[in-house]
Amino acid sequence: MIDWLTEPLRHPFNQRAIVAALLIGFTNGYASAFVVLKKSALKVGSLSHALLPGIAVAILLVGLHEWSAFLGALFAALMIGLGSLAVSRGSRLDQDSSLAILYTAAFSGGIILLRRLGVAQQMDEWLFGNIMGLRDGDLWTTFWISVGALGVLTALHRPLLMTLFDTEVAATLGVPIRALNYLLFAVLIVVLIGSLQAVGCMLALGLLVTPAATIYLLTDSTSALFWGGSLLGGLASVAAVVIGWHLNIEQGPAIVLVLGAVFLIAFIFSPKYGLLRHSAAKDR
Amino acid sequence: MTIAPHDSCAHCGQHHELSVENLCVRYREGPALDGITFATSCGTCVALIGPNGAGKSTLLKAIAGLLPIASGKIFWRGTQVAKWSREIAYLPQRENVDWQFPITVSGVVRMGRYPQAGWWRPFSPTDEAAIERALAAMDLLDLRHRQISALSGGQQQRVFIARALAQQAHVLLLDEPFSGLDRTSKASLAHTLRELSKEGRLVIAAHHDLDTVRDIYDQALLLRRTSLAFGPVAEVFTESGLEQTFGQPAQAGKEVA
Repeated sequence: MIDWLTEPLRHPFNQRAIVAALLIGFTNGYASAFVVLKKSALKVGSLSHALLPGIAVAILLVGLHEWSAFLGALFAALMIGLGSLAVSRGSRLDQDSSLAILYTAAFSGGIILLRRLGVAQQMDEWLFGNIMGLRDGDLWTTFWISVGALGVLTALHRPLLMTLFDTEVAATLGVPIRALNYLLFAVLIVVLIGSLQAVGCMLALGLLVTPAATIYLLTDSTSALFWGGSLLGGLASVAAVVIGWHLNIEQGPAIVLVLGAVFLIAFIFSPKYGLLRHSAAKDR
Repeated sequence: MTIAPHDSCAHCGQHHELSVENLCVRYREGPALDGITFATSCGTCVALIGPNGAGKSTLLKAIAGLLPIASGKIFWRGTQVAKWSREIAYLPQRENVDWQFPITVSGVVRMGRYPQAGWWRPFSPTDEAAIERALAAMDLLDLRHRQISALSGGQQQRVFIARALAQQAHVLLLDEPFSGLDRTSKASLAHTLRELSKEGRLVIAAHHDLDTVRDIYDQALLLRRTSLAFGPVAEVFTESGLEQTFGQPAQAGKEVA
């Protein structure tokens, strides 16, 4: 058993992958509590798709460098997020619809562009992740993204929590609601970009929703939701990397699949909010 | 009658007046409130009475600083309320609260201290003491670890009052606090509101049930887009006053309550 766990650690690729999985899983798990409490999984999903066209345009303009993909993705997600706000304010359409239109259009453009840029190999990685292909530089990027995102979210924990619980009362207590909302989405976008390498933009949403959603079925405490989500995200990601290595399956989908399996267990067996608990209560 | 100052009024040692002068609030669809004028002070329990869409919620939100004011002024303790004040607590309508939010009773009450503690500072003994006092005053000490959906309607209402107490608010603005409560909870909430005003706080509540107005409130504001009458319940809450408020067919326009 010990061997089974330590064997993958002998390879430097795996060491990097495991450290990255821990960082990315932990950060995403923490941030996922905000996504679940804000009930904005669909918005975040749209933004994660918006990363791809940004990468495509960045490569087209400046070529593939360490930072070009990152900055392009950030810029595109911000543009599409703010663009959807502008469309919904300037027309009678709601923001979710505007967002859907903008991100699918941009995503389509991104796919067409990437196919013609001769980066077909990398495209698969951006879509579904390739945590084994991580270099030392990528690991540092991941590290700083994690530190930055966790730092901002922890520092603003109180006003964010108040806003999520009841926006109006938060406003009466002097919380700048709108600015905070923008900031939260900016941080979520950065977190999404940070997990691009691990799970790709198609699966990033799973990592940024499932951990806290699972804990949500197990606890009534706010801090347990945040720290439980982080731990679950980190541990499940590391476990998935190890399992993936042994079974020779892709680590990105493995991470999301392991999280999904844990969620299913919580959904059925949660002592307080599980399916079995419900039917037992009904039988009585 | 002298009014004993409550714990948050004590340091000021004066009688606190809230006055609203010619207040107008506009929504995109048109005016929601027009020419609201009244003045009241700490130690009073005020009922806002009017039909649906009369602007009761709008008035409460305007006083709480949640809505932009088109014209007119709101003064609290002689100074104009600019945007928000820790001394004024707004309690949301029960339907507007996400009861499934993973938070406990004491978690909600603790939020009342965030304005004092700021965004980062850990809670001081003063903060903790205020939270304990608020929980005790609302009889929530035994329920402090309960998730908020696992409470009765009356208990839920008390949690939000406790948060306002922890915040050391002087003015409590309640939006239909009695709606959806059973008879016992209604009676006990009425008692609580009386106690709060007796302590020297100013309680202003949008109120629906006309039968109970006389038992609970000292003053009433009859409202229908504009203030029709304001004063002691015995003088204002009359047959003719109510007919004027509810009697006429509703004016055209969107409901904004």
